[in-house]
This record gives sequence, structure tokens and C-alpha cells, in this order.
Amino acid sequence: MSPGARAAPIEVLLVEDNPDDAALTVRALERAKLRNRVRLAVSGVEALAILRREGQYGGAARPDLILLDLDLPAKDGREVLVEIKADDDLRHIPVVVVTGSQAPADLVQSYRQHANAYVTKPVDTKAFLEAVNSIEQFWLQIVRLP
Amino acid sequence: MDTGGVPIEILLVEDNPGDARLTREALRDAKVRNNLHVAADGVEALAFLRRQGTHAAVPMPDLILLDLNLPKKDGREVLEDIKQDDQLRHIPVVILTTSQAERDIAESYRLRANAYVTKPVDLEQFLKVVQSIEHFWLEIVKLSKI
Repeated sequence: MSPGARAAPIEVLLVEDNPDDAALTVRALERAKLRNRVRLAVSGVEALAILRREGQYGGAARPDLILLDLDLPAKDGREVLVEIKADDDLRHIPVVVVTGSQAPADLVQSYRQHANAYVTKPVDTKAFLEAVNSIEQFWLQIVRLP
Repeated sequence: MDTGGVPIEILLVEDNPGDARLTREALRDAKVRNNLHVAADGVEALAFLRRQGTHAAVPMPDLILLDLNLPKKDGREVLEDIKQDDQLRHIPVVILTTSQAERDIAESYRLRANAYVTKPVDLEQFLKVVQSIEHFWLEIVKLSKI
């Protein structure tokens, strides 16, 4: 599968304010087959600053994939999604929503706002790791990223 | 997964009968119950999605697997039509194509494809790819049933 041919590591932007969930996700991605680098943003404002390389983020790598929580401080994930998908320089980057929200409205709205996929975080650690592994397997090994 | 025992409806838009048959075989063994519908060209795919003519009674798909090179109406046009249609744009569209062209990849993401996957020529790899799509989209992702 062609992503394996990439020499550069895949850049993943993880937007997550919960330190436990962030640590678990990073751990699962570190064990991934494909070389990747995870950058963590702990709020929606920080995520957009990284994506737009503003201020101190001037040298930030452009992510190949974004994992986005919905409930975030300083700008909600729902707003971040809308801004990414309305931005001509960013909208091609796949955004996988990874959230604790089971609300049907969040699910439908996220797809309407062009989230590339919507995954609910399992509460159970083992199931959580399996979900991250599946995201890694599909998005890093099978999908052709832009 | 909260499909509540209701099978997941998948629309495969594929003009190559061999690829359609292989995809059907791979999905038949899936853990999650699913019904595969096949449209052999772009015009038929949109008639199915809009329940026109003989397709009046078909179920709304939960997931679309879309080839790019199709007779009658190209997959790129089908993608654009789906993602501009308020009744359809929430349905995830996974591009499944032999095209490795960077232009097709970039353009598909810009047209709001949910993911872009290239078809391996090798049979075993092809089955692996379909199984990975099945695992991620049917077991991990929450699909929007509306």
C-alpha cells in the first residue's frame, strides 16, 4: 500500500484536552507500523493556530491527518471543524472526529460539516486502544492521504 | 455500534464486475451485517440515491464505495453531486479506485470525499483493503442513520 512508500513520517495533529485520552492515543500511535509524529493541541484555538502557523507556531508541520475531539476549551471542536472545512488551504486534510459525545445531533452535524469520519471514544481502555489502532490501520496504512 | 441489529446498507458504485464480485465476497464475511447494492455507472448511482424510477423503494445507504472511472457519469461528478446535495452529503463516500494520480487524490479530498483508497491489483491485497474498510467503517465508525 502506497503510504508505506513515504519517506517522511505522517504528521498527525491530535486535538484533545483530556490528558489521559491524549496519552493513550499517543501510546497507541507510537506502536503503529507506520512512522508518524503526533502533535498535541489542547484547545480549539491552539489547533487552528498550529494549522495556520500563527505566532509561535510559524514552523509547525502541516498535518496529514487530524484527530479532533468535540468538547474543547477555548473554541469548541464543532467550530474548529467548520473553520477547517471552510478554509481552502486546510479543507483537504482528513478530520476524524474522536469524541465522547453520543449525541445524534453531533453525529449528523459532524458529517454535514464534512468530518471525514466520526468515532466515539469507548470508555473501556482496551476498546479505546482498539479504536485508535483501527484509525491508524485504516488512515495510515490503507488510505492515500492528500 | 448501535445499528440495533439493522444491517448497514452499502452502495458500491463499480463498473468492473470482477471487482464488484470480490468486494461482495469480502463483505459477506464481515462481522457486521450488511447489504451490498451495486450500481454499475454514475447515472444509476444517483438514481439509486435519489430513489428515482425503478429505485423508488431502495434503502438509503449508510456508506458509499465509489470508483472514479465510470461510464455515463464519472465518479468525480457523482462525488460532487452527492456532497452538494443536502439530503445526501452526510453519507460517507470512500473512493475506491485504481487511480494513483496525485491530482485525483487531491481533487477527491477537495470535493469532500471522506477517504481515498487505491485498489491493489493483487487479489489478496484487494481483499485486505476491503476488510480494512469494513473493520473501520462498519465496526469502529459511527455512521449517521437519518
